[in-house]
Amino acid sequence: MKLPVYLGLLHKAEGTLAQSFRQVAEGHGHEPDVHFLCQALADQCQEHQQALQPIIDRYGEVDHDDEPERLQADGLQNTRSGPVGLLRDLQDLYLLASLVDITWTMIKQAAQGLRDKELLSIVNDCDGQTSTQLKWLQTRMKQAAPQALIAAK
Amino acid sequence: MVDRIAQIWGTRTPFGRGERWPVRVDQVLAQGVAESDVQRWVQSACVLCSNGCGIDIGVRDGIMVGVRGRAGDIVNHGRLGPKGLFASWQGVQNKDRLTRPLVRENGELVETDWDTAMERIVSRSRSLLDTKGPLSHGFYTSGQLFLEEYYAQAIVGKAGIGTPHMDGNTRLCTATAAAAMKESFGSDGQPGSYVDIDECDAMFLFGHNMAETQTVLWSRVLDRIDGPDRPRIVCVDPRETEVARHAEVHLAVRPGTNLALMHGLVRELFVNGWIDQDYIHRHTMNVDELRSTVEPWTPEAVADTCGVEAEDVRRAAEIFGTSERVLSTVLQGFYQSSQATAASCAVNNLHLLRGMIGKAGCGILQMNGQPTAQNNRECGADGDLSGFRNWENPDHVQELAELWNVDPAIIPHWAPPTHAMQIFRYVEQGSIEFLWISATNPAVSMPQLPRIRDILASDSLFLVVQDLYLTETAQFADVVLPAAAWGEKTGTFTNVNRTVHLSEKAVEPPGEARSDLHTFLDYSARMGFQQLDGSPLLDWNQPEDAFNAWKECTRGRPCDYTGLTYDKLRGGSGVPWPCNENHPDGTVRLYHDGVFPTDPEYCETYGHDLLTGATVGPEAYKAMNPAGRAIFKTAPYHPAHETPDEEFPLRYTTGRTVYHFHTRTKTGRSPQLNDAAPDAWVEMSVNDAETYGVTEGNIVRVESRRGHITAPVRVSDIRDGTIFAPFHYGYWDQSGTPDTRHRAANELTITEWDPVSKQPVLKNAAVRVTKIAEGTGPSPAPTTTASRPATRGKARRHLLPTAGGPAAQATESIAPVTAPTVATKEEQP
Ligand code: SF4
Repeated sequence: MKLPVYLGLLHKAEGTLAQSFRQVAEGHGHEPDVHFLCQALADQCQEHQQALQPIIDRYGEVDHDDEPERLQADGLQNTRSGPVGLLRDLQDLYLLASLVDITWTMIKQAAQGLRDKELLSIVNDCDGQTSTQLKWLQTRMKQAAPQALIAAK
Repeated sequence: MVDRIAQIWGTRTPFGRGERWPVRVDQVLAQGVAESDVQRWVQSACVLCSNGCGIDIGVRDGIMVGVRGRAGDIVNHGRLGPKGLFASWQGVQNKDRLTRPLVRENGELVETDWDTAMERIVSRSRSLLDTKGPLSHGFYTSGQLFLEEYYAQAIVGKAGIGTPHMDGNTRLCTATAAAAMKESFGSDGQPGSYVDIDECDAMFLFGHNMAETQTVLWSRVLDRIDGPDRPRIVCVDPRETEVARHAEVHLAVRPGTNLALMHGLVRELFVNGWIDQDYIHRHTMNVDELRSTVEPWTPEAVADTCGVEAEDVRRAAEIFGTSERVLSTVLQGFYQSSQATAASCAVNNLHLLRGMIGKAGCGILQMNGQPTAQNNRECGADGDLSGFRNWENPDHVQELAELWNVDPAIIPHWAPPTHAMQIFRYVEQGSIEFLWISATNPAVSMPQLPRIRDILASDSLFLVVQDLYLTETAQFADVVLPAAAWGEKTGTFTNVNRTVHLSEKAVEPPGEARSDLHTFLDYSARMGFQQLDGSPLLDWNQPEDAFNAWKECTRGRPCDYTGLTYDKLRGGSGVPWPCNENHPDGTVRLYHDGVFPTDPEYCETYGHDLLTGATVGPEAYKAMNPAGRAIFKTAPYHPAHETPDEEFPLRYTTGRTVYHFHTRTKTGRSPQLNDAAPDAWVEMSVNDAETYGVTEGNIVRVESRRGHITAPVRVSDIRDGTIFAPFHYGYWDQSGTPDTRHRAANELTITEWDPVSKQPVLKNAAVRVTKIAEGTGPSPAPTTTASRPATRGKARRHLLPTAGGPAAQATESIAPVTAPTVATKEEQP
């Protein structure tokens, strides 16, 4: 069964996203909404990791798989500055959150196949929050894009 | 005669549930002027708060010489409060008024003529539009212009320039009221009415110090309290306000914890079965999400987080859950605090759970602070689309394009309107280079003032300020335009409970001052803004032309004005919208049929996630299929972002006093009001004062991460661990240089806002306090209101009670006529 591989992927992806949210929160302290919300969303990601723990305890977690890693999603090591920099950083977060989101979806498929009620209820809670994270990132980027791309110095 | 500084709410006229509130006509005339000297009484309404009291302006020889309340007006039944009595007219007739435009020459503001001033504005505006486009322009307006002026400004901004960067200081005052109603009901629009005060059995005031913010409304409540079947009062406020003193339950929550309390109250309704299952089933959606979100919030959990007694939470919920008719009001204690929209939606949720909306005495009043804030929201000078239209709905954008006869593509609808704090951020970053500020004073009223001053002083910014006086903000301007004031121009405006009033011109403006409408029309004409057929974008000459155009914009929308005319508003009372063919005399309450404007084709918004502010979007909203049902919106509680720590161990909150409005540009120029509250102070509890070795009148330094203020201390009944400062005091009447600016409460506040309403969090920060001097006597804080000296504690200095003396005498004539009724079918079937 390869579910442990995906549990590992998800656990890692949530951790990467959490760390990246924190990075953006710190790097964009002059945008108070970004600063505070990214902190709150980083906490959410870590809560997701904790919520997964009992499942991982049951099924195990595999860090490395025999499938080769093709796409690297190591998270943000640094933040950019300025209006376009903010937009790019949010966009990177969006990509990382999308990865988390689709991984939850795959795990939900498996949970349904396994008729694992505990896992299903965790997926429902967490994935709902992840999709709100995506919506917020999109809302914030849409707000920032015209000014950043047209008017910013 | 009554001293209306000492007796803020005047003489009691008690009445019982369901009776009419008796008339009491309040009047003040300038010293030496007898009633027979008044040549004309000119109809208006007061603009010193959002209550909208009907007022007549007394005129002699072209000068305002006093005011009296309008006996037949449904809002105030003749009464006026201290600000209406003393500041409305004295606040604008003053030697300091701007009488000529000013332009900056070699760093100094110098007088000039209108042509020169306007040409400077137009040439900068034109060249920026040509080189950088519409996103280089921002407008920051007010909650104190007239409807006609906002509508003109909205069209200029949206269809002339095409910028999304428009907002008003309504962002600081009523943005959350609007947001909460949009989220719960699908559109802005006050459900309740002031007559619900006459009809209710219980009143909940959530973060609303009504006694000081809307004094005449509080008189109505006091008259019910003194009447035969007094309503039960519950107050949520960290301060021992006048409201708290009359409350059966006072929940003095820690600033920043409102949502936790609200979750607890909602939970109690569920747990005790104080809900109307049938109403919930037929008229609402998302109740299960609400139930699970509030689940952890037992009264004990609330007590722990909010610093109140669990028993008090139970008692308050019991009053809400078991009273036959409950009226709730909400204001800045919720709107300017953490999780503002979620906490305010929770008030709507309480009412929806019991089906107590749209029925006599069962109202919700999501209040406004300012007299014309409602019109800014309706007209869209705050960035919303005019007529409560939805910027995400292409059909709504098309309607406006047709109405204005412009290309829909010019109307900014590709992203949410830019809120005030973001506009200032874009100025800071240099991408907004043209900012036009009208009738507001951000250099004192916005959070984190050291930063705001830097932004206003940016080299890259061309700043236009339009005002009555050379305010702290105007001093940064490149061009200052002198505006005509209330009483010097004609127009309409709408109060908290949707009542529209006509305010007629009584006297000529001083010097060359002009109405804001005139100025916007002039700008539009000089810029050459056009309709598709080449005719001028704005072809109005008179305020009434603007009003007629506005009526068309509201046709079929929730704020329908089509049944109103200037003539209809003349002579009698103000009229509450919607007023149209079906409701020719206006409408007392909305939603009596349980049908809400949530239909996707009709709603003003598709809503947001209350925790993050993420938009729901059209697809998801349509899939939800609200179909006229109200929506239970909620979010999990999160602690405030800045909470006390070792370095800054106290909570800081800001607010008003009854004797002043905003940054005192008007009230500070009324001798009676100025004498009553002449200077800043800070409030501390008895225990905190002891801990810090401070007594009444000692001078302290209050410091946050952003700045510091110094002020004398009033030891008051505020809750322990909390410091309060009034936000009115700036620097226009203080000499000194920028580095001696340590009086304004907003030197300390944090730059942060609610994720949905974008209202700044002005009521929650962390500070520390140090005593720096003994002081020379008691602090100047009024003794008549929430700032009164502590009733507990020992050895206080003797304080003289605040009073106005001979200069503050007003006449009160009790019940000269029978009380007015709201002339609608609901009240007179
Ligand atoms: S309550 Fe408000 S509107 Fe009425 S007189 Fe006082 S300040 Fe004016």
